[in-house]
Amino acid sequence: MRRGGAWLPREAEVAERVEESPGIVTLRLRLTDPEARRQYGFQPGQFNMLGVFGVGEVAISISSDPGDPERIGHTIRRVGRVTNPLVALDEGDRLGLRGPFGRGWPLDRSEGRDVLVVTGGLGCAPVVSVIEYIMARRSRFGRLTILQGVKHGADLIWRPRYEAWARDPDTEVGLAADVPGENWPGHVGLVTELFDRVRLRPGRTAVMMCGPEPMMRAGARELVARGFPADDLWLSLERNHHCGNGRCGHCQLGPYFVCHDGPVFAYSQVGSLLAIPGL
Amino acid sequence: MADRFLPRDRFPALVEALRDAGYRCLGPRVREGAIVMEEVERAADLCFGLRDRQAPGSYRLEEGTGRHFAWANGPTALKPLTFVPRETLWRARREGGGLRFEAPEPEVGPLAVIGARACDLAGLALQDRHFLEGEPDPFYKARRERLFLVAVNCTHPADTCFCASTGDGPRAEHSFDLVLSELDEGFLVAAGGPAGADILAALPTEEAGEERNRRADAEIEAAAQAQKRSLPSRNLRDFLFGRQEHPRWEEVAERCLSCGNCTNVCPTCFCHSQETVPDLEGEVSDQVRQWDSCFTSGHSYIHGIVVRATTANRYRQWLTHKLGGWHDQFGRSGCVGCGRCITWCPTGIDLTEEVAALGEEPGGA
Ligand SMILES: Cc1cc2nc3c(=O)[nH]c(=O)nc-3n(C[C@H](O)[C@H](O)[C@H](O)COP(=O)(O)OP(=O)(O)OC[C@H]3O[C@@H](n4cnc5c(N)ncnc54)[C@H](O)[C@@H]3O)c2cc1C
Ligand code: SF4
Ligand code: SF4
Ligand code: FES
Repeated sequence: MRRGGAWLPREAEVAERVEESPGIVTLRLRLTDPEARRQYGFQPGQFNMLGVFGVGEVAISISSDPGDPERIGHTIRRVGRVTNPLVALDEGDRLGLRGPFGRGWPLDRSEGRDVLVVTGGLGCAPVVSVIEYIMARRSRFGRLTILQGVKHGADLIWRPRYEAWARDPDTEVGLAADVPGENWPGHVGLVTELFDRVRLRPGRTAVMMCGPEPMMRAGARELVARGFPADDLWLSLERNHHCGNGRCGHCQLGPYFVCHDGPVFAYSQVGSLLAIPGL
Repeated sequence: MADRFLPRDRFPALVEALRDAGYRCLGPRVREGAIVMEEVERAADLCFGLRDRQAPGSYRLEEGTGRHFAWANGPTALKPLTFVPRETLWRARREGGGLRFEAPEPEVGPLAVIGARACDLAGLALQDRHFLEGEPDPFYKARRERLFLVAVNCTHPADTCFCASTGDGPRAEHSFDLVLSELDEGFLVAAGGPAGADILAALPTEEAGEERNRRADAEIEAAAQAQKRSLPSRNLRDFLFGRQEHPRWEEVAERCLSCGNCTNVCPTCFCHSQETVPDLEGEVSDQVRQWDSCFTSGHSYIHGIVVRATTANRYRQWLTHKLGGWHDQFGRSGCVGCGRCITWCPTGIDLTEEVAALGEEPGGA
C-alpha cells in the first residue's frame, strides 16, 4: 500500500458473525461493490480500519486466509467506544472498511524454515491467519510450534482449533495461563516459560510474536539469549492509528510509522526502541 | 531571469496585477498585536513601517521603519493554507439500508500570498513531501496547486531566527512564483516560473542595475550574519536517539506546559487526528481531520494505555522526531529555523538551547 492510499472507506457487509467467547466476536466481511471485491487482496498480518457509522474507526487485523480475500475475517475484542458497537453488528449490517494497511508477516521468507508462533491474549488474532496459512500449505514449512498464553484459562478462544493443530504430526502446541481455572490442559505460568518445554532450533526458525508489548519484549530477549538471531524474530506492534496510511503521525515509533513500516517488525529494527519506556 | 526594479510608489501595481489575473490576495496585516496573513484588496491594506521584537515567549511590534517587510515572521506560516486546521475528509450517508461514502470537493480558487519567507517555503516543501509523496492527499494537493507565492527575502531577522544554520534562509531560493528584495526606494522583483513571469510582465518595472542588486545581496548577507541562534548543521539523529535517557528531558518537562503551541505554529508539523461527527438525525456522518499534537495524551493513546504518559516523554518525542526521525522519514531535519516555537512558547523553551544542553554530560559542568 502506498502512503496516503485507501483514505476513503468502502462499504462492507457482515457476511457472517461468530460469537467466539463473551466479548470476542469474529466478523467475516464482504465488500459490497463487486469491482472492489475483485481487487481486494491482503497478506496475513495486515490490518483494516473498520468504521462504525457515526461512531468512529478502529484498526483490526485480518484473521482469515488470504487465499479467500472475498470474505475478510476480523476477530474483535469488545473494549470501548468503537469496538462495542462493532461487535454488536448483525449479519447483513453495513460498515466502512479501509485497507489493507501495513506490512504483514514475512511468510515468503519463512518457507522451508521452522515457524514458532508466540502469542499473548488476543494477540492470537493476527497470527491465526499465519497458522491457517501454514496449515493450508503444510509441506512448504518445517516444524510449527504454537505457544499461546492467556491471563485466565477461560480467555482461551478456539480451543478446538488448537486441538486440531496439535494433531498435525509436525506441529506442537503449548498453552499457558497465569490463572488456570477449571479443566486447564496447559501450563500454569508465563508463555515464555514454555520455551523450556518445546524443541527450539535457533537459526532455522522464523519466530512470530503478537501480544502485549511486555510479553513480546520478554519473549524476544529470552529467545535472543537462546541463540536466535534478532532478524528472525518478528513482532506485531500496536499503536494509535487514525489514518492507517502514514499521514496522521499518531503511530510513530522512533523513525517508523507503525501503520506503514509495520505493524510487523523484525526485533532487530525495534528492539532498542521498545526497551525505552514512553517512546 | 534578471531582477527588475519596482519603485516604491508603484508597489500598489503588484496587488492590482494579481487581482486582475484572478487571484484572491493574502498579505501581512496586524491582528491582535501580531502580523498574520489576511485578505488584502489593495496595497494600502498591507501593514507598513513595522518591526517585530521577538524573544523566547515574547512577540512585540514597533513602529518606525520606512518599509513593508522589515520584520521576520508572524505566528502563522503557510501551513493553514494547504493543510487546513479542520476539514471534512469524507461523508457517510445512510441510504436504503446501506452506506454511501463520498468525498467533498475542496472549495478552492486561485490564491496569491504576498510576503512568504524562505523558512515558510522550506516548511511548505517539507509538507509537500509528506502529503504528496505516495498517493497525494487530494485536499492538500488542490489547495497547494492553486497557490501563487510572492516571496520576500529576509533583511530583518528576529532574535529567535536561525534559518541560516539550517540552510533554509534568509534568501528565498525555491518554491516561489515571484521574489521581492525590499530596498528603501523600492523592490527588486524576479520570477520563479511562468506564472510569476506573467505577473512580472504586467508590472511597471525598470532596469534594476548592478548597484541595487549588490545592496540587496548585502542586506540578505547581513541578515544571515545577524542571527544569534543556531542548530548544529550536522544530522542530529544519532546524537538525539543516543540520548533518550538523558536527565535533560525531565528538566525541560518542568517548564513545558504540554500545550502544543510549538506544534501549532511549526510550519512542518503534520500530525492530525480524525473525528467522526454524526448529524442529529443520524443520517449523515462526517469524518473530520484536525491538527493534533504529540503533546496531547490522546496522541499516543491505545486502549487502556497512554504510551507517552509524561510531558518528558512528549517533549522527547517532539524534539527527537523533529531533528532526528525526520532524517529517516524525509532525508532531512524537520526544522527550518523559523524560531516560531521559541517565540510562541508560553514559557520560552528554546529548542536550540535544549539541543546544546543535551550535548552536555549528565551531572557535568
Ligand atoms: C495494527 C493493529 C491491529 C489490531 N488488531 C486487533 C484485532 O485483531 N482485534 C482486536 O480486538 N483489536 C485489535 N487491535 C486493537 C483495537 O484497534 C483497539 O482495541 C481499538 O482501537 C479500541 O477502540 P475502542 O474505541 O473500542 O476503545 P477506546 O479505548 O474507547 O478507544 C477510543 C479510541 O482510541 C483509539 N485506540 C484505542 N485503542 C487503540 C489501540 N489498541 N490501537 C490503536 N488505536 C486505539 C481508537 O482511535 C479508538 O477509537 C489492533 C490494533 C492495532 C494497532
Ligand atoms: S521546530 Fe521551531 S524553529 Fe524549527 S521549524 Fe518548527 S517552529 Fe520553526
Ligand atoms: S510527532 Fe510531534 S514533532 Fe513530529 S510532526 Fe507530529 S506533532 Fe510535530
Ligand atoms: S496511523 Fe496515521 S500515520 Fe500511522
